[in-house]
Amino acid sequence: MRTPLELADAQPGPAFTVTLDDREIEVLPGRTVAAALWAAGVTSWRSTRGQGRPRGVFCGIGICFDCLVTVNDRPNQRACLVPLRPGDAIRTQEGTGHDD
Amino acid sequence: MTDPNRSGAVPHLVVIGAGPAGLAASVAAAACGVRVTLVDSAGEAGGQFYRRPAPGLRARRPQALHHQWRTWERLKDGLDRYVRAGCVRHLTEHHVWCVERRGEPDRGFTVHALLGPEQEGAAEVRADAVLLATGGYEKVLPFPGWTLPGVVSAGGAQAMLKGALVVSGRTAVVAGTGPLLLPVATGLAAAGVEIAALVESADPKAFVRQSRALAAQPGKVAEGAGYAARLLRHRARLLARHTIVEAHGTERLEAVTVAALDASGRVRPGSERRVPCDTLAVGHGMLPHTDLADTLGCRLDGPAVHVDDEQRTDVPGVWAAGETTGIGGSALSLAEGHIAGCSAAARLRGTEPDPGAWAAAARVRARLRAFSAALDSVYAPPVHWTEQVTDDTVVCRCEEVTGGAIREAVAELGAGDPRTVKLLTRAGMGWCQGRMCGPAVAGLAGCELAPSRRPFARPVPLGILARAGEMDHQ
Repeated sequence: MRTPLELADAQPGPAFTVTLDDREIEVLPGRTVAAALWAAGVTSWRSTRGQGRPRGVFCGIGICFDCLVTVNDRPNQRACLVPLRPGDAIRTQEGTGHDD
Repeated sequence: MTDPNRSGAVPHLVVIGAGPAGLAASVAAAACGVRVTLVDSAGEAGGQFYRRPAPGLRARRPQALHHQWRTWERLKDGLDRYVRAGCVRHLTEHHVWCVERRGEPDRGFTVHALLGPEQEGAAEVRADAVLLATGGYEKVLPFPGWTLPGVVSAGGAQAMLKGALVVSGRTAVVAGTGPLLLPVATGLAAAGVEIAALVESADPKAFVRQSRALAAQPGKVAEGAGYAARLLRHRARLLARHTIVEAHGTERLEAVTVAALDASGRVRPGSERRVPCDTLAVGHGMLPHTDLADTLGCRLDGPAVHVDDEQRTDVPGVWAAGETTGIGGSALSLAEGHIAGCSAAARLRGTEPDPGAWAAAARVRARLRAFSAALDSVYAPPVHWTEQVTDDTVVCRCEEVTGGAIREAVAELGAGDPRTVKLLTRAGMGWCQGRMCGPAVAGLAGCELAPSRRPFARPVPLGILARAGEMDHQ
Protein backbone atom coordinates (compact mmCIF):
# COMPACT_ATOMS: atom_id res chain seq x y z
CA MET A 1 0.00 0.00 0.00
CA ARG A 2 1.22 3.45 -0.89
CA THR A 3 2.00 5.93 1.89
CA PRO A 4 1.76 9.74 1.78
CA LEU A 5 5.56 9.95 2.01
CA GLU A 6 5.91 7.70 -1.05
CA LEU A 7 3.26 9.64 -2.94
CA ALA A 8 5.27 12.86 -2.63
CA ASP A 9 8.61 11.02 -2.94
CA ALA A 10 9.76 12.43 0.39
CA GLN A 11 13.40 11.83 1.31
CA PRO A 12 13.53 13.26 4.83
CA GLY A 13 16.68 13.38 6.91
CA PRO A 14 17.08 11.01 9.87
CA ALA A 15 14.25 10.89 12.42
CA PHE A 16 14.81 12.32 15.89
CA THR A 17 13.31 11.45 19.25
CA VAL A 18 10.79 13.32 21.38
CA THR A 19 8.72 12.13 24.30
CA LEU A 20 4.96 11.83 24.66
CA ASP A 21 4.40 11.62 28.41
CA ASP A 22 6.76 8.76 29.31
CA ARG A 23 7.19 7.10 25.94
CA GLU A 24 9.60 7.93 23.16
CA ILE A 25 8.41 8.77 19.67
CA GLU A 26 10.41 8.98 16.45
CA VAL A 27 9.71 12.15 14.44
CA LEU A 28 10.62 13.06 10.87
CA PRO A 29 12.16 16.51 10.44
CA GLY A 30 9.63 19.23 9.62
CA ARG A 31 6.65 17.62 11.31
CA THR A 32 4.38 19.37 13.77
CA VAL A 33 3.29 17.85 17.08
CA ALA A 34 -0.01 16.75 15.54
CA ALA A 35 1.66 15.18 12.50
CA ALA A 36 4.18 13.33 14.66
CA LEU A 37 1.44 11.97 16.90
CA TRP A 38 -0.70 10.86 13.95
CA ALA A 39 2.34 9.15 12.43
CA ALA A 40 2.81 7.33 15.76
CA GLY A 41 -0.81 6.18 15.69
CA VAL A 42 -1.97 8.62 18.39
CA THR A 43 -5.17 10.54 17.58
CA SER A 44 -6.07 12.12 20.92
CA TRP A 45 -3.92 13.96 23.45
CA ARG A 46 -6.27 16.16 25.40
CA SER A 47 -9.27 15.64 27.63
CA THR A 48 -11.86 18.36 27.87
CA ARG A 49 -12.48 20.54 30.92
CA GLY A 50 -16.14 19.64 31.38
CA GLN A 51 -16.74 16.02 30.41
CA GLY A 52 -13.13 14.80 30.26
CA ARG A 53 -13.68 13.65 26.68
CA PRO A 54 -10.74 12.89 24.37
CA ARG A 55 -9.83 15.35 21.61
CA GLY A 56 -7.21 15.65 18.89
CA VAL A 57 -6.94 17.34 15.50
CA PHE A 58 -10.12 18.79 14.09
CA CYS A 59 -9.52 21.76 11.75
CA GLY A 60 -5.81 21.11 11.20
CA ILE A 61 -5.04 24.77 10.45
CA GLY A 62 -5.01 26.51 13.83
CA ILE A 63 -8.59 27.80 13.92
CA CYS A 64 -10.47 25.43 16.23
CA PHE A 65 -8.05 25.05 19.21
CA ASP A 66 -9.22 21.46 19.71
CA CYS A 67 -5.71 19.97 19.42
CA LEU A 68 -4.28 21.82 22.44
CA VAL A 69 -1.33 20.10 24.07
CA THR A 70 1.49 20.81 26.51
CA VAL A 71 4.92 21.15 24.88
CA ASN A 72 8.02 21.65 27.04
CA ASP A 73 5.81 22.57 30.01
CA ARG A 74 3.87 25.22 28.06
CA PRO A 75 0.18 24.25 28.06
CA ASN A 76 -2.43 25.04 25.41
CA GLN A 77 -0.17 24.91 22.36
CA ARG A 78 -1.89 24.13 19.06
CA ALA A 79 -0.42 20.77 18.06
CA CYS A 80 -1.27 21.37 14.39
CA LEU A 81 0.95 24.48 14.27
CA VAL A 82 3.91 23.82 16.56
CA PRO A 83 6.89 22.15 14.87
CA LEU A 84 8.94 19.65 16.88
CA ARG A 85 12.63 19.76 17.70
CA PRO A 86 14.82 16.92 18.99
CA GLY A 87 14.26 16.27 22.69
CA ASP A 88 10.93 18.11 22.94
CA ALA A 89 8.67 16.88 25.72
CA ILE A 90 5.01 16.55 24.74
CA ARG A 91 2.51 15.96 27.52
CA THR A 92 -1.12 15.03 27.11
CA GLN A 93 -3.25 17.75 28.59
CA GLU A 94 -6.18 17.50 30.98
CA GLY A 95 -8.76 20.22 31.43
CA THR A 96 -7.38 23.73 31.24
CA GLY A 97 -3.79 22.51 31.08
CA HIS A 98 -3.03 24.36 34.28
CA ASP A 99 -2.81 22.68 37.67
CA ASP A 100 -6.23 23.50 39.01
CA MET B 1 10.13 49.25 14.18
CA THR B 2 10.44 50.50 10.64
CA ASP B 3 8.19 53.30 9.60
CA PRO B 4 7.78 53.18 5.84
CA ASN B 5 6.15 56.58 5.88
CA ARG B 6 9.41 58.15 6.93
CA SER B 7 11.78 56.10 4.85
CA GLY B 8 11.04 57.67 1.50
CA ALA B 9 8.42 58.65 -0.99
CA VAL B 10 7.59 55.16 -2.27
CA PRO B 11 4.18 54.27 -0.89
CA HIS B 12 3.84 51.11 1.16
CA LEU B 13 1.13 48.46 0.80
CA VAL B 14 0.73 45.73 3.39
CA VAL B 15 -0.90 42.56 2.04
CA ILE B 16 -2.27 40.23 4.71
CA GLY B 17 -2.33 36.58 3.67
CA ALA B 18 0.02 34.75 1.30
CA GLY B 19 -2.47 32.45 -0.40
CA PRO B 20 -3.43 32.80 -4.07
CA ALA B 21 -5.13 36.21 -3.63
CA GLY B 22 -2.37 37.74 -1.50
CA LEU B 23 0.39 36.44 -3.75
CA ALA B 24 -1.28 37.69 -6.93
CA ALA B 25 -1.90 41.05 -5.26
CA SER B 26 1.68 41.38 -4.00
CA VAL B 27 3.20 40.58 -7.38
CA ALA B 28 0.80 42.94 -9.20
CA ALA B 29 1.38 45.82 -6.79
CA ALA B 30 5.16 45.38 -6.81
CA ALA B 31 5.11 45.35 -10.62
CA CYS B 32 3.35 48.73 -10.48
CA GLY B 33 6.13 50.21 -8.36
CA VAL B 34 4.88 50.31 -4.78
CA ARG B 35 6.67 48.73 -1.86
CA VAL B 36 4.87 45.66 -0.56
CA THR B 37 5.06 43.87 2.75
CA LEU B 38 3.38 40.47 2.59
CA VAL B 39 2.40 39.33 6.08
CA ASP B 40 1.39 35.71 6.61
CA SER B 41 0.90 33.30 9.51
CA ALA B 42 2.53 30.32 7.80
CA GLY B 43 6.22 29.55 7.51
CA GLU B 44 5.95 29.39 3.71
CA ALA B 45 3.89 31.22 1.12
CA GLY B 46 0.97 29.42 -0.52
CA GLY B 47 -1.94 29.62 1.90
CA GLN B 48 -4.19 26.61 2.38
CA PHE B 49 -4.59 25.90 -1.33
CA TYR B 50 -0.86 25.73 -2.08
CA ARG B 51 0.14 24.25 1.25
CA ARG B 52 3.22 22.12 0.59
CA PRO B 53 5.14 19.53 2.60
CA ALA B 54 7.36 21.03 5.30
CA PRO B 55 10.84 21.60 3.84
CA GLY B 56 12.35 19.14 6.34
CA LEU B 57 10.43 16.30 4.68
CA ARG B 58 12.28 16.95 1.40
CA ALA B 59 9.43 15.99 -0.88
CA ARG B 60 10.66 15.60 -4.46
CA ARG B 61 7.18 15.34 -5.88
CA PRO B 62 5.03 17.86 -3.95
CA GLN B 63 2.91 18.33 -7.06
CA ALA B 64 1.48 14.82 -6.52
CA LEU B 65 -0.86 16.39 -3.97
CA HIS B 66 -1.86 19.38 -6.08
CA HIS B 67 -3.37 20.49 -9.30
CA GLN B 68 -2.58 23.82 -11.00
CA TRP B 69 1.04 23.30 -9.99
CA ARG B 70 2.30 25.42 -12.92
CA THR B 71 0.26 28.34 -11.60
CA TRP B 72 1.92 27.93 -8.23
CA GLU B 73 5.40 27.89 -9.79
CA ARG B 74 4.62 31.11 -11.67
CA LEU B 75 3.36 32.79 -8.50
CA LYS B 76 6.32 31.61 -6.45
CA ASP B 77 8.80 32.74 -9.13
CA GLY B 78 7.14 36.16 -9.23
CA LEU B 79 7.29 36.51 -5.46
CA ASP B 80 10.93 35.39 -5.28
CA ARG B 81 11.91 37.84 -8.02
CA TYR B 82 10.38 40.83 -6.24
CA VAL B 83 11.71 39.72 -2.85
CA ARG B 84 15.24 39.47 -4.31
CA ALA B 85 14.84 42.91 -5.90
CA GLY B 86 13.85 44.34 -2.53
CA CYS B 87 10.37 45.37 -3.73
CA VAL B 88 8.50 42.84 -1.58
CA ARG B 89 9.25 41.94 2.01
CA HIS B 90 7.70 38.60 3.04
CA LEU B 91 7.08 38.29 6.79
CA THR B 92 6.37 34.65 7.66
CA GLU B 93 4.88 33.34 10.92
CA HIS B 94 3.22 36.69 11.61
CA HIS B 95 -0.29 36.06 12.92
CA VAL B 96 -2.15 39.34 12.40
CA TRP B 97 -4.64 39.99 15.17
CA CYS B 98 -5.71 43.56 14.37
CA VAL B 99 -5.34 46.28 11.74
CA GLU B 100 -5.75 49.72 13.21
CA ARG B 101 -6.48 53.01 11.47
CA ARG B 102 -4.00 55.64 12.56
CA GLY B 103 -6.48 58.49 12.73
CA GLU B 104 -8.09 60.62 10.04
CA PRO B 105 -7.28 61.51 7.39
CA ASP B 106 -4.73 59.45 5.55
CA ARG B 107 -2.38 58.68 8.36
CA GLY B 108 -2.33 55.08 7.28
CA PHE B 109 -2.60 51.89 9.28
CA THR B 110 -0.79 49.84 11.90
CA VAL B 111 -0.84 46.07 11.41
CA HIS B 112 -0.45 44.18 14.71
CA ALA B 113 0.88 40.62 14.62
CA LEU B 114 1.89 37.85 16.99
CA LEU B 115 5.06 35.92 16.16
CA GLY B 116 5.33 32.19 15.56
CA PRO B 117 2.98 29.40 16.56
CA GLU B 118 3.71 30.04 20.24
CA GLN B 119 2.68 33.69 19.68
CA GLU B 120 4.80 35.10 22.48
CA GLY B 121 6.41 37.98 20.64
CA ALA B 122 4.73 40.84 18.84
CA ALA B 123 5.36 42.96 15.76
CA GLU B 124 3.82 46.10 14.29
CA VAL B 125 4.01 47.16 10.66
CA ARG B 126 2.94 50.57 9.39
CA ALA B 127 1.18 50.84 6.05
CA ASP B 128 -0.19 53.50 3.73
CA ALA B 129 -2.81 51.00 2.59
CA VAL B 130 -3.76 47.44 3.42
CA LEU B 131 -5.01 44.61 1.26
CA LEU B 132 -6.91 41.88 3.10
CA ALA B 133 -6.41 38.43 1.59
CA THR B 134 -7.23 36.48 4.72
CA GLY B 135 -8.94 33.56 3.01
CA GLY B 136 -11.59 31.35 4.53
CA TYR B 137 -12.13 28.43 6.83
CA GLU B 138 -14.33 25.41 6.79
CA LYS B 139 -17.86 25.16 8.06
CA VAL B 140 -18.73 21.87 9.78
CA LEU B 141 -22.25 21.26 11.08
CA PRO B 142 -22.57 19.09 14.18
CA PHE B 143 -23.99 15.58 14.52
CA PRO B 144 -23.74 13.03 17.35
CA GLY B 145 -20.15 11.88 17.76
CA TRP B 146 -18.51 14.66 15.75
CA THR B 147 -16.10 15.45 18.59
CA LEU B 148 -14.56 11.94 18.57
CA PRO B 149 -10.87 11.79 17.70
CA GLY B 150 -10.66 10.58 14.10
CA VAL B 151 -13.41 12.97 13.00
CA VAL B 152 -11.63 15.85 11.26
CA SER B 153 -12.70 18.62 8.97
CA ALA B 154 -12.27 17.74 5.29
CA GLY B 155 -9.89 20.66 4.86
CA GLY B 156 -8.02 19.60 7.99
CA ALA B 157 -7.44 16.11 6.62
CA GLN B 158 -6.16 17.71 3.43
CA ALA B 159 -3.95 20.21 5.27
CA MET B 160 -2.31 17.45 7.31
CA LEU B 161 -1.75 15.42 4.15
CA LYS B 162 -0.39 18.30 2.06
CA GLY B 163 1.71 19.86 4.82
CA ALA B 164 2.97 16.91 6.84
CA LEU B 165 2.40 13.92 4.51
CA VAL B 166 0.43 12.15 7.19
CA VAL B 167 -3.05 10.64 7.57
CA SER B 168 -4.98 9.67 10.68
CA GLY B 169 -5.97 6.15 9.73
CA ARG B 170 -6.44 3.49 7.08
CA THR B 171 -10.13 3.68 6.23
CA ALA B 172 -11.89 6.97 5.73
CA VAL B 173 -15.36 8.24 5.01
CA VAL B 174 -15.45 11.69 3.38
CA ALA B 175 -18.75 13.43 3.97
CA GLY B 176 -20.76 16.63 3.99
CA THR B 177 -21.23 18.82 0.95
CA GLY B 178 -19.22 21.00 -1.39
CA PRO B 179 -16.57 20.97 -4.09
CA LEU B 180 -13.80 20.29 -1.54
CA LEU B 181 -14.95 16.73 -0.80
CA LEU B 182 -13.87 15.20 -4.12
CA PRO B 183 -10.25 16.45 -4.06
CA VAL B 184 -9.96 15.52 -0.36
CA ALA B 185 -11.18 11.97 -1.04
CA THR B 186 -8.97 11.65 -4.12
CA GLY B 187 -5.91 12.89 -2.22
CA LEU B 188 -6.46 10.48 0.66
CA ALA B 189 -7.00 7.60 -1.77
CA ALA B 190 -3.78 8.42 -3.63
CA ALA B 191 -1.97 8.42 -0.27
CA GLY B 192 -3.08 4.86 0.42
CA VAL B 193 -6.20 5.44 2.51
CA GLU B 194 -9.18 3.24 1.67
CA ILE B 195 -12.19 5.47 1.00
CA ALA B 196 -15.13 3.51 2.39
CA ALA B 197 -17.61 6.07 1.08
CA LEU B 198 -17.95 9.61 -0.23
CA VAL B 199 -21.18 10.92 1.26
CA GLU B 200 -22.55 14.07 -0.39
CA SER B 201 -25.87 15.59 0.63
CA ALA B 202 -26.37 17.48 -2.64
CA ASP B 203 -28.94 16.19 -5.09
CA PRO B 204 -27.46 15.27 -8.49
CA LYS B 205 -30.63 16.68 -10.07
CA ALA B 206 -29.64 20.11 -8.80
CA PHE B 207 -26.54 19.97 -11.01
CA VAL B 208 -28.78 19.41 -14.01
CA ARG B 209 -30.85 22.50 -13.12
CA GLN B 210 -27.64 24.53 -13.01
CA SER B 211 -26.18 22.91 -16.09
CA ARG B 212 -25.98 26.14 -18.11
CA ALA B 213 -23.98 28.03 -15.49
CA LEU B 214 -21.78 25.03 -14.84
CA ALA B 215 -21.17 24.32 -18.52
CA ALA B 216 -19.85 27.87 -18.86
CA GLN B 217 -16.78 26.62 -16.99
CA PRO B 218 -15.99 23.35 -18.81
CA GLY B 219 -12.52 23.22 -17.28
CA LYS B 220 -13.92 23.21 -13.76
CA VAL B 221 -16.53 20.58 -14.59
CA ALA B 222 -13.86 18.39 -16.17
CA GLU B 223 -11.75 18.81 -13.04
CA GLY B 224 -14.63 17.51 -10.90
CA ALA B 225 -15.30 14.64 -13.29
CA GLY B 226 -11.61 13.74 -13.22
CA TYR B 227 -11.66 13.51 -9.43
CA ALA B 228 -14.78 11.34 -9.53
CA ALA B 229 -13.24 9.00 -12.10
CA ARG B 230 -10.06 8.62 -10.03
CA LEU B 231 -12.11 7.86 -6.94
CA LEU B 232 -14.09 5.19 -8.76
CA ARG B 233 -10.82 3.60 -9.80
CA HIS B 234 -10.03 3.35 -6.09
CA ARG B 235 -13.40 1.54 -5.72
CA ALA B 236 -14.81 4.24 -3.47
CA ARG B 237 -18.57 4.26 -3.01
CA LEU B 238 -20.17 7.56 -4.03
CA LEU B 239 -23.36 8.18 -2.06
CA ALA B 240 -25.14 11.29 -3.32
CA ARG B 241 -28.18 12.62 -1.46
CA HIS B 242 -26.90 10.94 1.71
CA THR B 243 -25.79 12.29 5.07
CA ILE B 244 -23.93 11.24 8.20
CA VAL B 245 -26.35 10.52 11.03
CA GLU B 246 -23.86 9.64 13.75
CA ALA B 247 -20.20 8.90 14.42
CA HIS B 248 -19.59 5.94 16.72
CA GLY B 249 -16.77 5.09 19.11
CA THR B 250 -15.69 5.56 22.71
CA GLU B 251 -12.11 6.79 22.74
CA ARG B 252 -11.90 7.27 18.98
CA LEU B 253 -13.93 6.87 15.81
CA GLU B 254 -14.88 3.29 14.91
CA ALA B 255 -17.76 3.68 12.45
CA VAL B 256 -20.34 6.09 11.09
CA THR B 257 -24.03 5.69 10.34
CA VAL B 258 -24.94 6.94 6.90
CA ALA B 259 -28.50 7.47 5.68
CA ALA B 260 -30.32 8.51 2.52
CA LEU B 261 -32.16 11.84 2.32
CA ASP B 262 -35.71 12.07 1.04
CA ALA B 263 -37.05 14.73 -1.31
CA SER B 264 -37.67 17.14 1.56
CA GLY B 265 -34.11 16.82 2.88
CA ARG B 266 -34.97 14.57 5.82
CA VAL B 267 -33.29 11.29 6.70
CA ARG B 268 -35.30 8.49 5.11
CA PRO B 269 -36.28 6.11 7.93
CA GLY B 270 -34.87 2.62 7.51
CA SER B 271 -32.12 3.75 5.13
CA GLU B 272 -29.47 3.93 7.83
CA ARG B 273 -26.40 1.77 7.46
CA ARG B 274 -23.22 1.47 9.46
CA VAL B 275 -19.87 1.96 7.75
CA PRO B 276 -16.73 0.98 9.71
CA CYS B 277 -13.95 3.58 9.44
CA ASP B 278 -11.20 5.15 11.55
CA THR B 279 -11.30 8.56 9.86
CA LEU B 280 -14.22 10.80 8.97
CA ALA B 281 -13.30 13.89 6.95
CA VAL B 282 -16.36 16.13 7.01
CA GLY B 283 -17.17 19.62 5.77
CA HIS B 284 -20.17 21.68 4.70
CA GLY B 285 -18.58 24.46 2.70
CA MET B 286 -16.40 27.44 3.52
CA LEU B 287 -16.79 30.75 5.33
CA PRO B 288 -14.77 33.92 4.74
CA HIS B 289 -12.38 35.26 7.39
CA THR B 290 -13.73 38.77 7.95
CA ASP B 291 -12.50 39.73 11.42
CA LEU B 292 -9.81 42.19 10.31
CA ALA B 293 -12.19 43.87 7.87
CA ASP B 294 -14.94 44.03 10.44
CA THR B 295 -12.72 45.69 13.05
CA LEU B 296 -11.65 48.25 10.43
CA GLY B 297 -15.32 49.07 9.91
CA CYS B 298 -15.59 47.62 6.40
CA ARG B 299 -19.10 46.89 5.18
CA LEU B 300 -19.93 43.21 4.97
CA ASP B 301 -22.42 41.62 2.57
CA GLY B 302 -23.78 38.64 4.48
CA PRO B 303 -20.72 36.65 5.58
CA ALA B 304 -18.27 38.32 3.12
CA VAL B 305 -16.43 41.63 2.81
CA HIS B 306 -18.13 44.00 0.36
CA VAL B 307 -15.88 45.26 -2.46
CA ASP B 308 -16.35 47.38 -5.57
CA ASP B 309 -15.11 46.63 -9.10
CA GLU B 310 -11.56 47.55 -8.06
CA GLN B 311 -11.75 45.26 -5.00
CA ARG B 312 -11.89 48.29 -2.70
CA THR B 313 -13.79 47.97 0.56
CA ASP B 314 -15.85 50.97 1.64
CA VAL B 315 -13.05 52.05 4.02
CA PRO B 316 -10.54 54.28 2.20
CA GLY B 317 -7.14 52.63 1.92
CA VAL B 318 -8.45 49.10 2.47
CA TRP B 319 -8.68 46.57 -0.37
CA ALA B 320 -9.85 42.94 -0.10
CA ALA B 321 -9.50 39.95 -2.42
CA GLY B 322 -10.05 36.21 -2.46
CA GLU B 323 -12.23 34.10 -0.20
CA THR B 324 -12.66 36.92 2.33
CA THR B 325 -14.86 38.67 -0.26
CA GLY B 326 -16.88 35.49 -0.92
CA ILE B 327 -15.98 31.84 -1.38
CA GLY B 328 -15.08 31.06 -4.99
CA GLY B 329 -11.86 29.07 -5.17
CA SER B 330 -8.25 29.70 -6.05
CA ALA B 331 -8.66 30.83 -9.66
CA LEU B 332 -11.14 33.53 -8.62
CA SER B 333 -8.80 34.53 -5.79
CA LEU B 334 -5.95 34.96 -8.26
CA ALA B 335 -8.04 37.23 -10.49
CA GLU B 336 -9.31 39.31 -7.58
CA GLY B 337 -5.85 39.57 -6.07
CA HIS B 338 -4.40 40.80 -9.35
CA ILE B 339 -7.09 43.46 -9.73
CA ALA B 340 -6.76 44.56 -6.10
CA GLY B 341 -2.97 44.82 -6.37
CA CYS B 342 -3.15 46.90 -9.57
CA SER B 343 -5.81 49.21 -8.14
CA ALA B 344 -4.08 49.71 -4.79
CA ALA B 345 -0.73 50.44 -6.43
CA ALA B 346 -2.20 52.99 -8.85
CA ARG B 347 -4.15 54.81 -6.16
CA LEU B 348 -1.22 54.78 -3.73
CA ARG B 349 0.82 56.48 -6.43
CA GLY B 350 -1.89 59.09 -6.82
CA THR B 351 -3.12 57.99 -10.23
CA GLU B 352 -6.53 56.86 -11.42
CA PRO B 353 -6.29 53.13 -12.22
CA ASP B 354 -7.10 51.99 -15.75
CA PRO B 355 -9.51 49.04 -15.58
CA GLY B 356 -8.40 48.16 -19.13
CA ALA B 357 -5.12 47.04 -17.57
CA TRP B 358 -6.91 44.18 -15.79
CA ALA B 359 -9.67 43.47 -18.31
CA ALA B 360 -8.71 39.81 -18.67
CA ALA B 361 -8.75 39.27 -14.91
CA ALA B 362 -12.10 41.06 -14.68
CA ARG B 363 -13.60 38.67 -17.26
CA VAL B 364 -12.28 35.67 -15.32
CA ARG B 365 -13.69 37.17 -12.14
CA ALA B 366 -17.16 37.64 -13.62
CA ARG B 367 -17.21 34.10 -15.00
CA LEU B 368 -16.00 32.46 -11.82
CA ARG B 369 -18.34 34.43 -9.57
CA ALA B 370 -21.27 33.19 -11.66
CA PHE B 371 -19.87 29.67 -11.51
CA SER B 372 -19.47 29.69 -7.74
CA ALA B 373 -22.98 31.12 -7.31
CA ALA B 374 -24.24 28.14 -9.32
CA LEU B 375 -22.20 25.73 -7.18
CA ASP B 376 -23.57 27.38 -4.05
CA SER B 377 -27.12 26.62 -5.11
CA VAL B 378 -26.23 22.99 -5.76
CA TYR B 379 -24.09 22.12 -2.77
CA ALA B 380 -26.17 22.46 0.35
CA PRO B 381 -26.33 20.72 3.70
CA PRO B 382 -29.54 18.73 4.28
CA VAL B 383 -32.37 21.23 4.74
CA HIS B 384 -33.34 19.68 8.07
CA TRP B 385 -29.80 19.12 9.40
CA THR B 386 -30.77 20.49 12.82
CA GLU B 387 -32.97 17.41 13.31
CA GLN B 388 -29.76 15.32 13.45
CA VAL B 389 -28.45 17.42 16.36
CA THR B 390 -29.76 15.44 19.35
CA ASP B 391 -30.11 17.15 22.72
CA ASP B 392 -26.94 15.50 24.00
CA THR B 393 -24.85 16.37 20.91
CA VAL B 394 -22.03 18.75 21.79
CA VAL B 395 -22.48 21.81 19.54
CA CYS B 396 -19.89 24.24 20.95
CA ARG B 397 -16.76 22.11 21.01
CA CYS B 398 -14.74 24.52 23.19
CA GLU B 399 -17.27 25.07 25.98
CA GLU B 400 -19.00 21.68 25.56
CA VAL B 401 -22.47 23.19 25.17
CA THR B 402 -25.06 20.69 23.96
CA GLY B 403 -27.86 21.01 21.45
CA GLY B 404 -30.31 20.59 24.34
CA ALA B 405 -28.85 23.56 26.22
CA ILE B 406 -29.07 25.74 23.13
CA ARG B 407 -32.66 24.67 22.42
CA GLU B 408 -33.57 25.43 26.02
CA ALA B 409 -32.05 28.91 25.71
CA VAL B 410 -34.09 29.49 22.55
CA ALA B 411 -37.40 27.86 23.47
CA GLU B 412 -37.63 28.49 27.19
CA LEU B 413 -35.43 31.51 27.85
CA GLY B 414 -36.37 33.40 24.71
CA ALA B 415 -32.95 33.73 23.07
CA GLY B 416 -33.63 34.79 19.49
CA ASP B 417 -30.09 35.25 18.21
CA PRO B 418 -26.63 33.66 18.61
CA ARG B 419 -25.40 36.47 20.85
CA THR B 420 -28.13 35.88 23.43
CA VAL B 421 -27.59 32.12 23.16
CA LYS B 422 -23.92 32.77 23.88
CA LEU B 423 -24.66 34.87 26.94
CA LEU B 424 -27.04 32.24 28.32
CA THR B 425 -25.09 29.07 27.48
CA ARG B 426 -21.44 30.07 26.76
CA ALA B 427 -21.78 28.59 23.24
CA GLY B 428 -19.19 30.43 21.13
CA MET B 429 -17.33 31.87 24.10
CA GLY B 430 -14.31 29.54 24.00
CA TRP B 431 -10.90 29.46 22.34
CA CYS B 432 -12.16 29.45 18.75
CA GLN B 433 -14.48 32.39 19.44
CA GLY B 434 -17.46 30.66 17.87
CA ARG B 435 -15.84 30.00 14.51
CA MET B 436 -16.61 26.29 14.73
CA CYS B 437 -20.09 26.39 16.29
CA GLY B 438 -21.35 29.71 14.86
CA PRO B 439 -23.28 28.26 11.92
CA ALA B 440 -24.81 25.53 14.11
CA VAL B 441 -25.85 27.91 16.89
CA ALA B 442 -27.45 30.24 14.33
CA GLY B 443 -29.28 27.29 12.76
CA LEU B 444 -30.56 26.01 16.10
CA ALA B 445 -31.65 29.54 17.05
CA GLY B 446 -33.49 29.75 13.75
CA CYS B 447 -31.56 32.69 12.31
CA GLU B 448 -29.17 33.42 9.48
CA LEU B 449 -25.47 33.22 10.25
CA ALA B 450 -24.18 36.75 10.78
CA PRO B 451 -20.46 37.35 11.22
CA SER B 452 -19.88 37.71 14.94
CA ARG B 453 -18.05 40.86 15.92
CA ARG B 454 -14.62 39.95 17.19
CA PRO B 455 -12.41 42.92 17.99
CA PHE B 456 -9.34 40.73 17.55
CA ALA B 457 -8.83 38.10 14.89
CA ARG B 458 -7.15 35.67 17.29
CA PRO B 459 -6.53 35.29 21.03
CA VAL B 460 -3.95 37.86 22.17
CA PRO B 461 -1.82 37.53 25.33
CA LEU B 462 -2.73 40.33 27.76
CA GLY B 463 0.87 41.57 28.01
CA ILE B 464 1.03 42.10 24.25
CA LEU B 465 -2.35 43.81 24.22
CA ALA B 466 -1.20 46.17 26.97
CA ARG B 467 1.95 47.11 25.03
CA ALA B 468 0.24 47.47 21.63
CA GLY B 469 0.65 50.96 20.25
CA GLU B 470 3.43 51.91 22.66
CA MET B 471 5.78 52.16 19.70
CA ASP B 472 3.61 55.00 18.42
CA HIS B 473 4.29 57.07 21.46
CA GLN B 474 8.03 56.61 21.59
